[in-house]
Amino acid sequence: MSNLATLEVLDPGLLTTVQDAGRKGWARYGVPPSGPLDEVAFSAANALVGNPSDAAALEITLTGPTLRVERECLIAVCGATFDVWAGMLPVPLWHAVYVRAGRIITFGTRLSGARAYLAISGGIALPSFLGSQATYLPGGFGGLDGRALRAGDRLPLGAAPTPNPVQSAGRIWPVDRRPPYMLQPTLRVVLGPQDDYFTAEGVATFLDSAYQLTSEADRMGARLQGLPIAHRGPTGIVSDGVVAGSVQVPPDGQPIVMLADHQTTGGYPKIATVIRADLPLLAQCLPSDGVRFAAVTLAEAQRAFSNLCEGG
Amino acid sequence: MLPSVRYPRILPVGEAAFTVEFGDAVDEALNRRVHAFDAALQAQPVPGLVETVPTYRSLLVMYDPQVSRAEAMRVALADALAVLATAELPLGRLVEIPVCYGGEADPDLADVAAHCGITAQAVIELHAQPVYTVAMLGFAPGFAYLLGLPEALATPRLATPRLRVPPGSVGIAGAQTGVYALATPGGWRIIGRTDRVLFDPGRAEPFALRAGDRVRFVPL
Repeated sequence: MSNLATLEVLDPGLLTTVQDAGRKGWARYGVPPSGPLDEVAFSAANALVGNPSDAAALEITLTGPTLRVERECLIAVCGATFDVWAGMLPVPLWHAVYVRAGRIITFGTRLSGARAYLAISGGIALPSFLGSQATYLPGGFGGLDGRALRAGDRLPLGAAPTPNPVQSAGRIWPVDRRPPYMLQPTLRVVLGPQDDYFTAEGVATFLDSAYQLTSEADRMGARLQGLPIAHRGPTGIVSDGVVAGSVQVPPDGQPIVMLADHQTTGGYPKIATVIRADLPLLAQCLPSDGVRFAAVTLAEAQRAFSNLCEGG
Repeated sequence: MLPSVRYPRILPVGEAAFTVEFGDAVDEALNRRVHAFDAALQAQPVPGLVETVPTYRSLLVMYDPQVSRAEAMRVALADALAVLATAELPLGRLVEIPVCYGGEADPDLADVAAHCGITAQAVIELHAQPVYTVAMLGFAPGFAYLLGLPEALATPRLATPRLRVPPGSVGIAGAQTGVYALATPGGWRIIGRTDRVLFDPGRAEPFALRAGDRVRFVPL
């Protein structure tokens, strides 16, 4: 095993946070799960470098960071497409790449998508908060002091076997196990729990028209804009539980898809829930990108979930 | 509330959760059924259960579809509901919270008094009188929504929420009262503050309050 070492932040990029698989079991206390918005890319990056699938890695948003690794390691970048270099060498996405000690990892131009995940062999080893290293910015906890990374930060890395540069070369995440990123993705939803708060026309509007991401899209949720969805009567409910994927419709009829840092309860009726397998597609959308919704049965949603768990 | 809905009902929340709705109202008896059902599921977990979120009028039940498919979980929840009908409702713990009312940092006590047409002292006495129930924790970590506010104290929330409400703040919004465990933005009318640490991640039980607890405010 190599010595414990750090990952140094030279330039943090726009919004780079430490995320692991998320905080489980605290929703009843009002604590959201947090964790990666694109869990498929996150798990793939970890798997490629030999980490457990829930090891802590970096979520990188729109503009990437510049980092220095203190020890030799394997890295993998998955998700949004960036030009990435380790020293002078390009780092292909969805690949395990051997990096020498002291090399500088640079994220350059972003070509598509919104969020990339950088996993490093050994994972990031910060103290956990309520059982998780996931950063929750609104609560100011998790990750590094509950905040986004800044220049000068040093993240401790967990122990990992010293990588063999020859053996590790060429590990690629299969294309058919990556999310089918596309422009204007169709997000599959299970209708409910409060679809009966909307007129039949309102539900049809939701399923038949395109919605655009607004600039109010962050880790808490994505506010969409399009044809207003008509409520049948009351536009509010007595607050009930919310999950990542819940589609809330406030009185203005414009849907909001709740994401990993969501409020745990909410008082707007929820017309549907985006299935977990399709949340990565939304995570990679940018403001003004379009999405559509398609209803599936609960059985279909669970089959998609099984495929997700099996990495298929 | 929608007309012609029969409760309780079990509604899908995506592929890995159900909401069990007991009604659509802020009501103490209804909320007690939620906590009773939650306690029943904690005592006798159904296969695949991951975590639950009690709210005013429903229980969100998150489960692992790899362990229990939707139909099996729906049946298990319906069975648990059938047993619940005859079960006794457990009484929550009684937690006393010392409160300093009307300090400099409690900007809204006078406004609440003016709105209610009573003195600030009367607001304090009325607010400290009941034994409240923690209906749910939510929106923000540890924020406790309490049932049992005397009607005479109902005051609308602020037109413009504050960007930061300090932890320990005790507030009123509409017919509800609540306590902030963390500093968050908020629109509740703040009438007092407790020094009691409501959230400490280093403690074995990080949150001082849990849903279903009973709470009494003790004026300092």
